[in-house]
This record gives sequence, C-alpha cells and structure tokens, in this order.
Amino acid sequence: MTTAESTLEEIARQDYKYGFVTDIESETIPMGLSEDIVRLISSKKSEPEWLLEWRLKAYRHWLTLTEPQWPNVTYPKIDYQALYYYSAPKAKKVLNSLDEVDPELLATFEKLGISLAEQQRLTGVAVDAVFDSVSVTTTFKGKLAELGIVFCSFSEAVHEHPELVRQYLGSVVPYSDNYYATLNSAVFSDGSFCYIPKGVRCPMELSTYFRINAANTGQFERTLLIADEGGYVSYLEGCTAPMRDENQLHAAVVELVALKGSTIKYSTVQNWYPGDKDGKGGIYNFVTKRGKAMENAKITWTQVETGSAITWKYPSCILQGDNAVGEFYSVALTNHRQQADTGTKMIHIGKNTRSTIVSKGISAGHGQNTYRGLVRINAGADGARNYSQCDSMLLGDRCGAHTFPYIDVRNPTAQVEHEASTSKIGEDQIFYCKQRGISAEDAVNMIVNGFCKEVFRELPMEFAVEAQKLLGVSLEGSVG
Amino acid sequence: MTQTLKPREGYVQAFAEFERGAAVGPSWLTPLRKAAISRFGEIGFPSRHDEEWRFSNPAAIAETPYELAQTGHGLRMTASDIASYAFEEMGGTRLVFIDGGYVPSLTVIGKLPQGAVVGSLSEAFAAHHPAIEPHLARYAKFDTAFPALNTAFLSDGAFVYIPRSAVVKEPIHLLFLTTDAGKPTVSHPRTLIVAEENSRATIVESYAGIGAGTTLTNAVTEVVVGQSANLDHYKLNRESLSAAHVATMQVQMAQQSVFSSHSINLGGSFVRNDANAVLAAEHIECTLNGLALIDGKRLVDNHTAIDHAMPNCNSHELYKFIVDEQGRGVFNGKIYVREDAQKTDAKQTNQALLLSADAQINTKPQLEIFADDVKCTHGATIGQLDPEQQFYLQSRGIPKAEARNLLIYAFASDVVSRIKVPALRAQLDAILLSELPRR
Repeated sequence: MTTAESTLEEIARQDYKYGFVTDIESETIPMGLSEDIVRLISSKKSEPEWLLEWRLKAYRHWLTLTEPQWPNVTYPKIDYQALYYYSAPKAKKVLNSLDEVDPELLATFEKLGISLAEQQRLTGVAVDAVFDSVSVTTTFKGKLAELGIVFCSFSEAVHEHPELVRQYLGSVVPYSDNYYATLNSAVFSDGSFCYIPKGVRCPMELSTYFRINAANTGQFERTLLIADEGGYVSYLEGCTAPMRDENQLHAAVVELVALKGSTIKYSTVQNWYPGDKDGKGGIYNFVTKRGKAMENAKITWTQVETGSAITWKYPSCILQGDNAVGEFYSVALTNHRQQADTGTKMIHIGKNTRSTIVSKGISAGHGQNTYRGLVRINAGADGARNYSQCDSMLLGDRCGAHTFPYIDVRNPTAQVEHEASTSKIGEDQIFYCKQRGISAEDAVNMIVNGFCKEVFRELPMEFAVEAQKLLGVSLEGSVG
Repeated sequence: MTQTLKPREGYVQAFAEFERGAAVGPSWLTPLRKAAISRFGEIGFPSRHDEEWRFSNPAAIAETPYELAQTGHGLRMTASDIASYAFEEMGGTRLVFIDGGYVPSLTVIGKLPQGAVVGSLSEAFAAHHPAIEPHLARYAKFDTAFPALNTAFLSDGAFVYIPRSAVVKEPIHLLFLTTDAGKPTVSHPRTLIVAEENSRATIVESYAGIGAGTTLTNAVTEVVVGQSANLDHYKLNRESLSAAHVATMQVQMAQQSVFSSHSINLGGSFVRNDANAVLAAEHIECTLNGLALIDGKRLVDNHTAIDHAMPNCNSHELYKFIVDEQGRGVFNGKIYVREDAQKTDAKQTNQALLLSADAQINTKPQLEIFADDVKCTHGATIGQLDPEQQFYLQSRGIPKAEARNLLIYAFASDVVSRIKVPALRAQLDAILLSELPRR
C-alpha cells in the first residue's frame, strides 16, 4: 500500500496546470435570466425571428422543469439568477486575418499551446477558436469552402445558412429534451456549425478550442454537425479553463446528424478546471450530446474526461437507419473531490444496427466516478448487436466507482453483452516494474495508460498524444 | 374496508380494524406496527417514477381494493387439497399457512434436534421464545411501502430456530398457500429464521395459489445467520397466474457464515422479489441465485442488494431469465462495497433468453464501490436460442419442439443443477422439459 498511498498524496498535491486569467475587456449583459435576457441575447446577435421564437419556446418550457436529482453527484444548489448569460470579448473591428486579432487573445492561445498561426502553418488543422462565447477567428475556411464544406461559428451559420440551421437545429436534441438542454436552447451564445456535403470526405481534422474566461459566465455552447449522404468528418473538441473560485456552469448541447452512409467521428478532450483539492471551485459540466445515424451511417464518440468538478454527460447515438453503427469510447478520471456521472445511450431502432461501448473509469483521491449507460433494443431492431465493457480502476481507498448500466431489450434476435470489472494497481505490478529499473511513477503511468489503451487507440493522433500527456500529468510525482 | 377510499387510506383504515381484532402478539410489537403503518401512510405505494420500480409498475396493486384475507377458510382444507404443493417426498418438517393463517392440522413436524423450533410465530410469542424480540422486525426495514404494510399487519407467520451447533438434515418446508375468496384479498406472510452459531439447515420457502383468485401476497422473510452457521435457502414461487406477489428477504450474516439462496419463479402475474444481504462481518460467503420462467403477460422483477460492509467476504450471484410470449423480466442487482470492505470478491452474472418477438427484458446490474483492493465483476448477456444448435439436434432426429426444450433446459441447468434438494430439482426438471412450451 505504501506506493499507492504516496501516489495518492502526490496526485492530491497536483496543481492545475492551465490556470490563468486573461485580462480582456468583456461585454456582459445584466445578471440573471428572464424573457428579456433571452430577447437581448437574440438581438445582440441580430438573429431572425424564428430563432428568437425557438429560444422563447425553450425558455418557457424551462420554467416548467425542475433540476434533475437522479445523477450520482452532489453540489450546492445553483442560483440561475446569479449567472451572466452572455459575454463576448469586445471586438475592436471586423477581422480579416489573424494579424488583426487582439494580441492578448493570441497570447492566450499561445499559452494553451494552440497558436493559430502555428496550427495553420504546421499541423493542417482548421481551428475555430471560441473565446468565451463568440468565435474570434476561423481558419482554413477557404480551403474547406472549395469542397463545399461549411465550418463556421453558429451565429455565422444562422445568417449565412439559415435553411440548414432551421432544418436541423433541435432535430436530435429537441428544445424540450432535458433541464440543461432546454436552458441551453433558450440562452445559447455561440458554438460551431459544420456541414459536409454529399460524398465529401473532409480532408483535415476539424477542431474547436473552447475556453471559459469571464468569471461567473455560464457557457452555453451549441454545436451542430451535419454529414450529408456519404460524407465523412472527424471533429475534435478540447477544453481548458482558468482557475476560478466560484463554480462555473457549462451546459452545452452537441447535435450530430449522420445521413445515409456518412461517418462522424467526434473526439473530446475535456480538461476544465476541476476545483482545488478540497473541492472548491471548478466547472460544472452538464452537457447533452447526441447523434442520429441514418441508414449505413456511423457515429463514433471518443472522450477523455479529466477536468471539471462535476461532469454530467452522456454522448448518445440514435441508430435510426438500418445497419447504422454507434460507438462510444471513454476515459473518465476523477481526482480530489471531482465527481463524474458519465456514459452513453445506444438506442437501436433500425435493423442490424450495431453498437460498441468501452468505458474506462479511473478514481483517485476522493473522486467519485459513475458509469451510467442505456442500451435499448426496440422491437423493430432485428439482428441488433451490442457489446459493452466498463472497467473501473481505483487508486486509493477513499474514492468510489459506480456503474449503472440499463439494458432494455424488446427483440429476441438481439444480442447484448455487458461486462464490468473493478481493479486496482497491484503492489506486485509496481514491484515488477521497479525490479526492472522502471520508477514507481513511470510504472503507475504506464499501467494507467495501458488500462486506457483501447480508448486512446480511437483518438486522432494529436489528441492521443495530448490525452496520454494529460493522464501522465495527473499521475506525476507519484514516486513512493 | 370501504371501496370508495383511496388505496392508501384504505390500508390505514383496515389497520385500525386489524388493531382492534386480529392484532395479537407481545406488547413490544405494537409500537413497531404503529410506526410501520404511519410510515406507509406517509409514503403510500411507489409509482413508476421511483427508480426502484421503474420497469415494474405497481399501479395495478395500488389501485386494487384488496381486503385482508380471512384465515378461517384454510382450516377446512385437507391433505389431499394441498398434495400437489406439499413435496411429500421431501420428508422432514412442513409448516402450512393458508391465506396468512397457520394450519396446524396440515403441518408435519419431523425429527428435529433438541432446542430447535419450527412453528408459528404466534406460538413462539405465547412461549416467549428468547430469539424473537431481538430479531423480529429488526433487519427488514419498513421504510418502503410493502415491508411497511407487512410489518403493520404482522400477527402470525413462520418461525424457525436452529440452536447452537445443531444440524437439521432434512429440509424444512414453509408452505404459504392462497385461496380464491371471490374478491381481491391480501395476505402478509412473515417469516423469521434464526440459525445460531455453527448450526446447519436447509429451508424451502414455497408460495402457491389454489384457484384463480385475485390475490396479493406481500411476504417478508428475515434470516439471521449466526457465526459459522451454514444455511441453504430455496424460494419457490408457484402462485396462480392471476396473483400478485411481492416479497422481501433480508439476510443478516455473522462472521464466517455461509448462506445461499435460490429463487425460482414459475407463477404469479406480477412478481417482485427483493433479496437483500448484509455482510456484517469478515469471511462470509453469500450466494444469491435465481431462475425465472416468464410467459403469457407475466412480469417477474428480481432485485438483489448485497452490502459488503466488512473485508474479506465473497458473494456470488447468478440470475437467469427465460422469457416467452409477452412476458417481461426485470433484474436489478446492486453490490455495495463499503470503504472498509477490502479484499472483497463479488461476482454477478445475469443472463436472459428471449424466446418470442414480444418478450422483453430490462436489466440493470449496479456496482457501487468505495474500496480499492477488491475484485468486482458483473456481466449481463441477452440472446436467443442458437438456430445452429437447434438444427444440429434436429439433424440427429430430435423433433423441433423437443430440441427447443432441450436447449432451454441447458440454459437453465446452470441454476437448477445447484439445487441440493432432490425433490425440488426433480420438479423443476419436469417443468423445464415439458411444461413450459405448452403453457
């Protein structure tokens, strides 16, 4: 136990490496939430009438809802009237190129390691950088436009592609879906929009860097991704947030529409501020992510969740069309007083639909890690197939691992398998490594990375490296 | 009970009548009953919105105006009336309860070691048996509706006491029968089993219905397994196809004790079993197995909860469901591993076989682990009969229907083969190989 205990203590002492606040003038609207605020947000973004109506519909519905109590997490009650619902960095003028971007903003991105110029020149990744709520700059637009791919901020899409937004907004996550999604529908600020035309394979990995900045600003991102028939896109989402004392609410909605024969790969690395080691501060991450896969389409969710004080997130797949495929690969790490209640839903509607769930939960310190998943095979889903595996690893004796897998089967031709296991890093494993000259710290790192290998394998190259680094950072300094 | 009353008030009012009349027993029981009914008055019946009842809607039970069953009817029954439920070939001791009332004329007391008691609770109350007060209603909490009702209406039931180091070789059969009274009736069978240090016994608890009455059996069984004791428990449910059956078994285990339970569900239109075990000391071995055959529009809901409160304990669970026609199976298996329960080894398996297009299964294995040095696994599989295996058997001259039976039998045999009471196993074999497909 000695090594494991000291590992724990080291982990507990681990500081959040991305904590800094950028001093930029933010434009905020009055605190609180009311119909006027919803109208104000809409008018600030000069939105069309139908979108305002949609927001108001959501807001009125939200008033009838109560906050869900079922998640296996505890936190002080959120006062929704004590939040700011909109914050945009004050734009100095309309920007045409990177050179015109606020140098302070650019410096922030530099600190985060995603210098736009660098990214553009070296990696070939188009980055739609979201700084707080408004997209600051979009790169590689020209290149993508040649193929007919639309990749822009959500508000831009509302103005430039209203027909697409109107057709698909709320088609996967309706405004009335759940408490947080409904709140998001009412007050969403901005986000990303992507459309892949018929038969087009997006030549590069699309990526957005989200970042929460202004204190007390709830971040309500809205992402809509549409892959038309036969299209392919791999989308990367990554997050870091500065150190804050007060909890920040984040209630994003991501909708994926995979039309006939298309493929969407959605990868997330989430490393928001988790709060200090006593659980003070940290982000509340209440996210609704869902994709709809039509005939022969495929949706893959891959996530590495290491941040946030509370994570409440179930990237799901509605396998609507025949032969649709849904995949979910997840690594969730909870440390200190972090709590994660995460998993997926696989709804099999079409015939011969297949789904795979691989979930790895790691708990350390006083962290509580919950896997909650649903596999539903509807009566019409002949020949549906699901394989689920959820493994937990406990580092220390004060953390917890929980699994709540729901399996509902209404079709006898379905084959559903579910496996779960719980383990710890054995003294003998560490001893074995040390014997061969590998330090205890490297050994722990290696074992945890090995534990998560099945998920990392699914990540795009850049993310796989970042994810391994993230876990490495969390386990740093664990020499006994 | 007036039928116009809402169900909750109906039960509360029935309790007032019950308290004036049939509520016999020691004085310390009175405050417990009162606390239980007032708890029920507060919470009422659960609904589908309760997580624990999400997939089995108890609304039908809550809305049916069940009256407390009258016990007199059972006294007129003869041995031939109950022959098909009695397991004569099992030998040993048999206690018979009809509509919740003890029937001494049908009861057979076999050879028992000195000090052992198998009888009714009312007899034990009268004899002031010392094992009653410290154990009865001390483990099965009445903070939920059904155990609360059972505790409120507690007046009689089965009592089994195995003294220190005693060994009861032949199985003890507790038979609870319900009859058709021509109107909806409810009975609240109560069982207390106390196995003292180093003792050993086999208990078969069986529930069956005579006729097709609308009945509700709301049973609570408390089992206390003393240090190093070894208790083998079976529960057989052969309620009539129009009966509702809700049962809670609460097991309290002491150091180095061994307990195993097999829950076999063949009857009842709405069946809910809660099997809870608290592993309150070290080096305990706990096994909960189950088998459910579900056809027609029946529903069987098996909930289990194993609470690993102390280190070095093992638990095993194997639950199998065979679901045909429009049947529905529900499984929820909780395993709690508390902060101190290091070196826990918990294994849970849940398998379901769906035989028809309308059959449905909802399963939710659930692990809650707060200790790090543990081995916990759970697995759930859902599938159908393999057409290739069926073809293989047919190609060897076995008719299709028989081949199907054989494969179903093979699926169930994992559980059946673990049953150590031959009479019970023989009956299950017969049902599995012939009756199921024709029902």
